[in-house]
Formats: sequence, C-alpha cells, structure tokens
Amino acid sequence: MSDLPPPRHPSVEGEPVPPDARPYSEADDPTQVVIPTSPRNEAIVAGLLALAGLLGVAFVVVYVLVDSTPLFGLTLGGALLALGAAAIVAGKGVVPQETVLEPRASVAHPEDEAATTALIRSAGSGVSRGRLLKLTAAIASAGMGAASLATLASFGPWIGSRSVPSPWRRGARLVDEYGRPVRADALEVGSFVTAFPKGADIDLLGSPVIVVRIDPSEVDLPPARRGWAVDGILAYSKICTHAGCAVAMMRYPLFPAHSAEPALVCPCHYSTFEVATGGTVIFGPAGRPLPQLPIRIAADGTLEAAGPLSGDVGPAWFGVNRA
Amino acid sequence: MRLGPRRFAALTAAGWALGALALLLVAPGTGLGQGETASVPSAAAQIARGRTLFVTGCSSCHGYAARGIHGVAPSLRGVGALAADFYLSTGRMPLDSPAVEPTRKRPAYTPQQIAALDAYIGSFGGPPIPHVSLRGSSLARGGSLFMDSCSGCHQAAGAGGIVPGAFAPALSQATPRQIVEAARIGPYLMPRFGPRLLTDAQLASISRYVEYVRGSHNPGGWGIGHLGPVPEGMIAWFVAVPFVLLVARLIGERAEA
Repeated sequence: MSDLPPPRHPSVEGEPVPPDARPYSEADDPTQVVIPTSPRNEAIVAGLLALAGLLGVAFVVVYVLVDSTPLFGLTLGGALLALGAAAIVAGKGVVPQETVLEPRASVAHPEDEAATTALIRSAGSGVSRGRLLKLTAAIASAGMGAASLATLASFGPWIGSRSVPSPWRRGARLVDEYGRPVRADALEVGSFVTAFPKGADIDLLGSPVIVVRIDPSEVDLPPARRGWAVDGILAYSKICTHAGCAVAMMRYPLFPAHSAEPALVCPCHYSTFEVATGGTVIFGPAGRPLPQLPIRIAADGTLEAAGPLSGDVGPAWFGVNRA
Repeated sequence: MRLGPRRFAALTAAGWALGALALLLVAPGTGLGQGETASVPSAAAQIARGRTLFVTGCSSCHGYAARGIHGVAPSLRGVGALAADFYLSTGRMPLDSPAVEPTRKRPAYTPQQIAALDAYIGSFGGPPIPHVSLRGSSLARGGSLFMDSCSGCHQAAGAGGIVPGAFAPALSQATPRQIVEAARIGPYLMPRFGPRLLTDAQLASISRYVEYVRGSHNPGGWGIGHLGPVPEGMIAWFVAVPFVLLVARLIGERAEA
C-alpha cells in the first residue's frame, strides 16, 4: 500500500495535485455497504431492551417497597447497562455497516438533500423484525421513564408552606442525647454542646440545638432579642437552613486580633452563621439565619428555653424563606 | 574557658554523682525532703533558663514579661505550662509572623528547652501539663465522643479539613498529651472543651480512638487519604471518566470489513 503513490483526489477542485500522484481508480473507492441481516443479533437487541424495561420497572418496585441502596444501583444501573448494550449490538450487528467517502463540498443542494433522505430511509433495510424492535424499545423507554420519574419522590412530601414542627416551648429543659440536663457552668467561653428538649423525640428535625458560650461582651443581638442570651450562652437550631445538614462545626478565636469571629459552620456546603448577632448568614449558600432559641438559667443551674425557636427549622423549600 | 565535649560529659557525670551523694546524706534526715531538695533549686534554674529562651525567642511578640502586645500576640500569664507545652511540642510556636495561622511543624526547640520554657510560662500560674494515660480508656466510647465533638471539623478519620477561616489539622501526628492539651486550650479557631464537658478520662478515650484510626484500616481497598468525597470525586473525574471515554472510543471504532 505504502509503496504506491497517493491517488489523486477525485472531487475537490483547485487542490494542488502532488507531482507523483497517479489517477484515481475504482480500487481506491472505499465505499461499501454490508447489510448484516442477522436475526440472532435482532433477538439479542430485543432481549436487552426488554431487560432494560424490566429492570426499570424493578427499580420502581424496589424504590417503593425496599429501601436498599445496593438494589437501587443494581436495578437502575443494570437497566442503563442493558440499554447501552442494546445500542452497541444494534449499532454493530443490526443496522447496515456503511463506509462512504464524504466529499468536502457543500451539501446544501436539493438533490443532495433528497439523496441524504433516501440514504437515511435505507438505514433500516437490514431490519426484518422492525415491529418487535419498536415494541421492545417502547418497553425500555416506558420502564426507564418510570424509573426516572420515581426518584422525584425523594424531594420529600409536599409540605406547602407548613414548617417543620418544633418541640421547643417556654420552660423546656435542655438535655444532652442521653437525657442528662445541660448545666450552664459546664460550658466555658469558647465551648459548644448539642442539646435537645427534655422528653421530646430527639430525631425530630426541630429538636437539636447547638448551645454556645462566647464572651458576654461579644454578644451583639438585635434589640428585639434582648435577654435571649444569658452570660454569653446562646442556642441555635442545629439544622442548617440551606439543605438541612447538622451544623457540626464551631469556630471560636483564641486571639481575635488575628482570626475570624465566632461562628457556626455547616460541614455540607460551608454555610457560616455568626454566633454573636443571632445566627446571621456571613458565608455560604444558606438563605436565612439559624433559628435562635431564647435561653435562661433555671434555679438549679441548668439551662431551659425562655420561648420557642425564632423561626422555621430545617432546609429551605418553596415558599419558606422567612426568617 | 572552653570545655571539650568529653570534659563536659565528665563534669556532668561528676555533678550527678555529687548530687546523688547529697541526696543520700540529706534524705534520711528530713524524711519527705527528697523531692524538695532535688526539685526546688532545679525548678528555679529551669525557670531562669526558660526566661532566657523566652526573651530571645518569644518576647518580640509576647512582650518581655509575657504580658502580650495588644493586637500582636496574647498574654501568656495564666495560660499555664499546658499551653506552652502544646504550642512548642507541636512546633506551632514560634511563628514567623504573628498574623499567620499556626500549623504543625518540626519543633524549633529541643525537649530540654521546651521543658525550660514550660517551666517559665508555668511559673505565672495556670494549668500544668496533663498526665495522660490510656489505661482503662474505651475505644468505642472514644469513637462515639469523637463523632459528637471532634469529627465535624477533623473528619471521622481524624484526617483534618477546613473551616472558613482556618484549617482543621490532621491528627496523624498528635500524641494523646497534645490532644488533651488542644481540647483544653482551643487553639486558633478551635472551640474549647473544659473538664466538665469532656473529662480527662473521656479525652483519653478520644486519644485512643485517634490512635486507632491512624492505622490503615481500609476495608474497601484504597483509602484515598481518608479525606472523603473530594478525593473520591477526583478519582471519579480523573480515573473513571478517562476509562469510560476509552471504552466509548473502543466501541465507536470502525468495524473491520
């Protein structure tokens, strides 16, 4: 092959012709069409498409009845895999394999368009069981469409404009996760602890609060919240107002001259809430401040709520952006 | 007069021998005097030595009398030998510039020098260096406490992370003593955990957990630095996606006629 001089290109005008070029011959034309006509391959494609559809339906069933991540992956992943395999087999072994030489000239001519249309029409000429393939393709798209729609349910129940219920009431005692009361003197300046309302379900989104002690001189609450902090102790909902993660990080500067102000930080997307000013957002994607819980110290030195949380607990959702 | 190393060693040995002899002579007479005779003069000497080191290495920021300089560095009176030991033994102090975040480095002082500086800072009062024993600590309880109080910033595997404004360091080199000291101090932006929030025994359990996760337990194979979703995502993008592209290329190759 390589010892022959290059053939002269047949169709491009004005192209410089190499001096050693030989005339273009029939042997240089790579155009060929191979029509597979393989009923076996068609059966494989149909089987794979049907499998994809069945696995899509299986995903819906698993999604509704069994809460198992490996099964989700197995069914939805298997459906995608079967669909991909069907496309590969169909591409390699069902539709005609055609090698053509595409001239570089423009195809914007009516007769070329007609030729292209005819070419596309002829693409199904090797298919003998077209209806079977169409039927199984419909099964695949129905199954997988159902599978993708089913995941919409993960957006959660439709709650309209209702807020997550919070068990915090005036006088509710703060306890830790083992039910032991939280004492004010356990918290040094720069400490935090997670607390729940005594007797309430600690798994409720509205239950956990993060109790923080900062230097009392740093507290800078708005006038409407005067008295919500006691001896520098403040409490906020532990649920981030952006996506509902637990606000698990706290920063407190040892030497404020060189470092940032005290803040609560959500580890999911780094929403940062300033402690001193009432949980205002100072960084990150959260759209509203952390709800604050007014705090007072009971006669026995334990902490209790002086009122309900200042705002809606939980992640942002349609219609709830109020503080 | 300059002392060669050999003569210096001989003199030191002679000094020890004399000291031991003095103890033998004095101790039977005074009963509990043993500790006092041995430690009081040497403690004073340690403090003096620590003061010299402090004036040379620390006073430009913390002031000659360790009272701090407003807006530059805090007073060290009352922080105790505990804080001095933490910052010096982890190499966080001395800092090149007072405004940068202190990070773990090779300690700038020898253990003897650190002991002298600890004694000097400790002479102003404050908490002593804690004695941490992992005997009787519980790995399971330590893990649970670590999840509650530490893993938000340091990650469940103690691999560290970031908080806006600071790095939460990896705990791969932290000794149990340094872990207890850090909890009590709350260095840089870390919150503080007083003895009523986490007892010494609870901190010992946490230290035991930190030592445990340091080992390479990777049931799934490659741990990818224990850093969680970011390196895992990078593996997905830089290893898995090229693999998928390669497969796509192989699938799309022209069939042999």
